[in-house]
Amino acid sequence: MLERESNLKAWLYLAPALLLLSVFTFYPLFNSFYLTFLVGYNYLKPDKIFEAYTLVGNFKEVLSDKLFHQALKNTVVIVFVSVPISVIVSLLIAVALNGIKKLQGTFQTIFFLPYVTNAIAVGMAFAFIFNTNYGLVNQFLGWFGMDPVKFVTLGATWGTSMIALLVYTIWGGLAFKIMVFLAGLQNIDKQYYDAAKVDATPRSRVLRRITIPLLSPMIAYITITSFIGAFKAYRTVIGMFGASLAPPGLLPKDSLITIVGYIYSYIYDTAPGAISIAAAAAVILFVITLVFTFIQMWVSKKRVHF
Amino acid sequence: MEIRLENITKIFQAKDKTETVAVNSFDLTIPSGKLVGLLGPSGCGKSTTLYMIAGLLEPNNGKIYFGDEDVTDMSPEHRGIGLVFQNYALYPHMTVRQNIMFPLENIKVPKDEALVMAQDMADLVGIGELMNRKPRQLSGGQQQRVAIARALVKKPRVLLLDEPLSNLDARLRLQTREEIKRIQRETGITTIFVTHDQEEAMSISDEIVLMELGLKHKFLGTPPINIFNGEIKKGTLMFNDFKIGPHDGADGECVIGIRPEGFTVVKEKGKIEMEVAYVETIGRDTTLVFEYKAPADFEELEAEGVNTKEVSDEPVEIKMVTKTFKVIVDASYKFKPGDVVNLDVKSNKLYVFNKDTGEYI
Repeated sequence: MLERESNLKAWLYLAPALLLLSVFTFYPLFNSFYLTFLVGYNYLKPDKIFEAYTLVGNFKEVLSDKLFHQALKNTVVIVFVSVPISVIVSLLIAVALNGIKKLQGTFQTIFFLPYVTNAIAVGMAFAFIFNTNYGLVNQFLGWFGMDPVKFVTLGATWGTSMIALLVYTIWGGLAFKIMVFLAGLQNIDKQYYDAAKVDATPRSRVLRRITIPLLSPMIAYITITSFIGAFKAYRTVIGMFGASLAPPGLLPKDSLITIVGYIYSYIYDTAPGAISIAAAAAVILFVITLVFTFIQMWVSKKRVHF
Repeated sequence: MEIRLENITKIFQAKDKTETVAVNSFDLTIPSGKLVGLLGPSGCGKSTTLYMIAGLLEPNNGKIYFGDEDVTDMSPEHRGIGLVFQNYALYPHMTVRQNIMFPLENIKVPKDEALVMAQDMADLVGIGELMNRKPRQLSGGQQQRVAIARALVKKPRVLLLDEPLSNLDARLRLQTREEIKRIQRETGITTIFVTHDQEEAMSISDEIVLMELGLKHKFLGTPPINIFNGEIKKGTLMFNDFKIGPHDGADGECVIGIRPEGFTVVKEKGKIEMEVAYVETIGRDTTLVFEYKAPADFEELEAEGVNTKEVSDEPVEIKMVTKTFKVIVDASYKFKPGDVVNLDVKSNKLYVFNKDTGEYI
């Protein structure tokens, strides 16, 4: 009796959240799966909202689309370059920050600021940093006698614009990672370091044999969430290159498109059936992300201590 | 190797600049090859002292010598110490073998040699079978042995143990203290450990160093020694109106300490004649508890919230409190509360101290 009553109460408390989740998360989730099986879907035609069912037709179309190949390539580059670099760099910064005593709070704030700054604004700032004529990067390269490189302006290649995008992506991802690592580092019992000190452990060995293993749960968490986040990259491209998703003049158009960008472009395409293409691409992205997450969890189970 | 602390002072400064003196002008000599216990109540600075010997804390003042060598400014890794932390600080992600080998790898001992040394040390402390386990798969006692093995494997000059038994259950404690004693005997290494437990200190150490000054802590044992405020009057030691015996100290107030077993029961004309307040029988001992009235001590007044610092011109009423003392007698005596008992004091069990300085007189 009592149990039933408390069950009822629990559901009552959960109801508001469940209601909102049902409308805005669960329904769209299942609906997008459903949409992938439709041909010629057009919600403006109430009498005949779609033409036929198909099992893999939309997937086939996505997978044979040149633009999707481009999007997949860009996304994979962003994921596999930016995530490892930003995890390593943020780990080193966090270790360094943890090591200083004076002004630690100040530096913590400075490193956290990018997290609360608008990504589009930061993207514009980065676009300026990489500007051919006025940008800091090209001025810096000029000191070494190098010619200005076109990163974001007319004449930029896929390679140079991707470099600029990666630098921005890495930088933008640092703040949160540093904070998480710093919290993890501060949770490590100081006695491990005292013990290491008494045993004459060199600093590099302390980092390699004590700090990183003890931080491994955090590192695993950050790596998994960063991979998921990087697969969803889109905001950074918009922030740097605007809605055109490419530096001016670079052909083909949308040359820096990501998978999420691809999905967006089909959502806003009014042609019948476009929404099903978007849904199919979303499901593909979902599967890719899922597979990667499982692989990582499997790896971290073997490598992460505790 | 002998360890000598000269005039060591350690002051901790909190963030709000308030200072706490943890150790104040402390002198200590620890003889070579001995197992020495640093005993004192919590917060008396005994762990601080241990960490200063280890080099993890720097004294604000004073010198530390290992033998003739001044190590005050030497960093911990050069001092040649092995340290066992209170919670052992075993690396959770390493196996027992990796933990024990870790100090050897740091000083670049070849791997096969390190493996042999680690195994020998593990055998010595009795965990040779557990080399492939992780610390969390070990009991508290086993973890501690790993910690001791890790501390000893690099052949330090001194072994330091911080509250080595505090994380163990009662049975394991007995066993472990024998182990520590044995390991120390077999290695002959100068060993210092910190404890707040008198029994622990007395049972394993060759010597005990008491920290924190003040009479209360000069005595060990359970039940604790009885402390009386007495007086020496013309060569006679007095407690209340009882003449305890002749004493050649200078006239004036003094403190008398008599252990509960320092009394004998006599038929009549005892030095102290009092009514038994109550009787406790534990095992083969019978403890008689006596009550008497005496002026409250300073500390007792403070504990009650009386402001003892305020100077007043008003005549102060002397507050009398009931104090007790305990006497252990043979269980063959059958006393009841209310019985009047005559007590003598064994002269060799009588300790008299100067009231102000706490010195034995």
